[in-house]
Amino acid sequence: MSGADRRLPRLLALVPYLLARPGIPIAEAARDFGVTAKQLRKDLELLWMCGLPGYGPGDLIDLSFDSDTVTVTYDAGMRRPLRLTGGEATALLIALRALANTPGVFDADAVHRAIAKIESAAGAAEPAGVVVGPGISEAETTARIRESVQHGLARGRALWLRYYTASRDEVSERTVDPMRLLVVEGQAYLEAWCRNAEGVRLFRLDRIDGVDVLDEPADPPPHAAPTDVSAGVFQPGAHSAAVELRLRPEARWMAEYYPMEETEELADGLLRVRMRYSDESWIVRLLLGQGGDVLIDGPPELADRVRQRAVDALRRASHLVDTSTG
Amino acid sequence: MSTARAERLVNLVLCLLSTRQYLTAERIRGIVPGYADAASDEAFFRMFERDKTELRELGIPLETGKNSTFDAIDGYRIARRDYELGEVDLEPDETAAVALAVRLWDSPEFTGQARGALLKLRAAGVEVDQSAPAASVQPRVRVEPAFAPLLAAAQNGMSVRFDYRKPNSSAAQGQTARNVEPWGVVSWRGRWYVVGYDRDRTAPRCFRLSRIVGQVSTDTAARTNRPDGVNLLEMVAGTGDTEPTPSSTATVWVADGRAAGVRRSGQVVERREVAGTPGDIVHLEFRHVERLAGWLTGFGPDVLVLDPDVLAKTVHERLLVAAGLGDQR
Repeated sequence: MSGADRRLPRLLALVPYLLARPGIPIAEAARDFGVTAKQLRKDLELLWMCGLPGYGPGDLIDLSFDSDTVTVTYDAGMRRPLRLTGGEATALLIALRALANTPGVFDADAVHRAIAKIESAAGAAEPAGVVVGPGISEAETTARIRESVQHGLARGRALWLRYYTASRDEVSERTVDPMRLLVVEGQAYLEAWCRNAEGVRLFRLDRIDGVDVLDEPADPPPHAAPTDVSAGVFQPGAHSAAVELRLRPEARWMAEYYPMEETEELADGLLRVRMRYSDESWIVRLLLGQGGDVLIDGPPELADRVRQRAVDALRRASHLVDTSTG
Repeated sequence: MSTARAERLVNLVLCLLSTRQYLTAERIRGIVPGYADAASDEAFFRMFERDKTELRELGIPLETGKNSTFDAIDGYRIARRDYELGEVDLEPDETAAVALAVRLWDSPEFTGQARGALLKLRAAGVEVDQSAPAASVQPRVRVEPAFAPLLAAAQNGMSVRFDYRKPNSSAAQGQTARNVEPWGVVSWRGRWYVVGYDRDRTAPRCFRLSRIVGQVSTDTAARTNRPDGVNLLEMVAGTGDTEPTPSSTATVWVADGRAAGVRRSGQVVERREVAGTPGDIVHLEFRHVERLAGWLTGFGPDVLVLDPDVLAKTVHERLLVAAGLGDQR
């Protein structure tokens, strides 16, 4: 449905909405419907011209305006909103079930009660064919970390973290001002202002090795803006380095798991991809770990670095054999 | 939508809601303001057809029928019990859950639908405070493009056809056209699957939506019924009665100050120097040799595998290939 065509559903919902709220300020109603007060007044003027056959003064929808508020005085039989469509019920119920299945977000009991009531009200439109299972699998240690983080968020306290940064393969200690917890593609993250990095950072909960709720208040600076995660958590900048790869079938999972800039199916069954990365040590570890399942086409320095790490590893491992047998 | 058309449609809905009798198109033309403007019969019927389509697309249950067997043509009415949303009485915490749920979608289409639902709940008298601060945890609900057509097919008992890529395979080798009668769409651990009867394999199958390539086309009516008592979630998740792979312990050497990821995943048991480089012996629990081997190989000379032998050999082979010394296949 296009934006312009949202008007009819709004018109049909307006009369029952106003009936339930006599004397509501027009600005408040406009906000609830997501339109300007000017548009809402136009809608009310239109409804005023509508009514029941006969279309005399007693048949038309009647509204009384008092300065900036409005009250329905005759509803012409439009007392209830239209039932939910299958699509509306589905969209709302899937989201509610996802909410119920994500640990620690919201009182699951309240969500289940809401689901039951909406399913019952939706009646014939009750969606079949969608099952929402558990969202994330949370290890016991992660659950304890989450509870501490939530405790800090709820009380508005700064947090001390011991955190494993996978890209640099480092554990560091930092003080952060927590902003929110969020779940992206089945992974839970803490978004916080990191005082050490002086920036907004996302911390994967299963990589937080220790957390302390501090006595000092959380105080993210005013310019600390939430991260837009709609395109995924890792958003490589245009200035980050890129690597050209060909993936054998065994390494194709990489194209599903990491964002790729370009992908091209090659005749020999390989997948050519271009991938951006922010940390060289990370990409070297990733590519080295794939052995021969990934062919590195460029840049040559990176291919050399991976090869050199393999050579160094073999050399050191040969000493290991010597020391253990001799 | 023009003001004239919006006004005509609201009047049409009010008129059809208020009548118990079926009203023919001609009666409606005479009653509802706006239709008199039609220049010809043809123009009127075209207008009326468009209006009926619009109402049906909004989900308005337009009934057709005859008032008596003597009537020559069908008329129209809207049954109030089918039109009106039932009573919804939500407690404040339930309302807060609904307000949060509406904000979870990552898809403009589903966000629009969820907002449409919220609008109607408000119109039913539910007070939803959207200015309430966002919950501290914000999960997102994402769906692939294949979701909507597969769900529609499951709900309408239709079969579908799509190209499906097997895991770890190229398009040339592993992409096959599948003919499926979907029973439902299932979310499991943040991913979507469709479960149904695979016409080609003549057996129930699960498919991951992210591996569906291109368009899903809706085909013909399904020939089989979803069997009673089938649990779609269990079909995706596995029944749970298969024993998990038992875990084993690997012994690795980690250079000092390196491979923090390995150190935090295991337990340091003793010190050991290798070729003059100081380090620690670390024990790691693992289940899958290949997975662990890929991860450990990535650390290069910073991590060496001592035990078990199968793990050490797998890492060694990967290193040989990466060094350009092994079998490149």
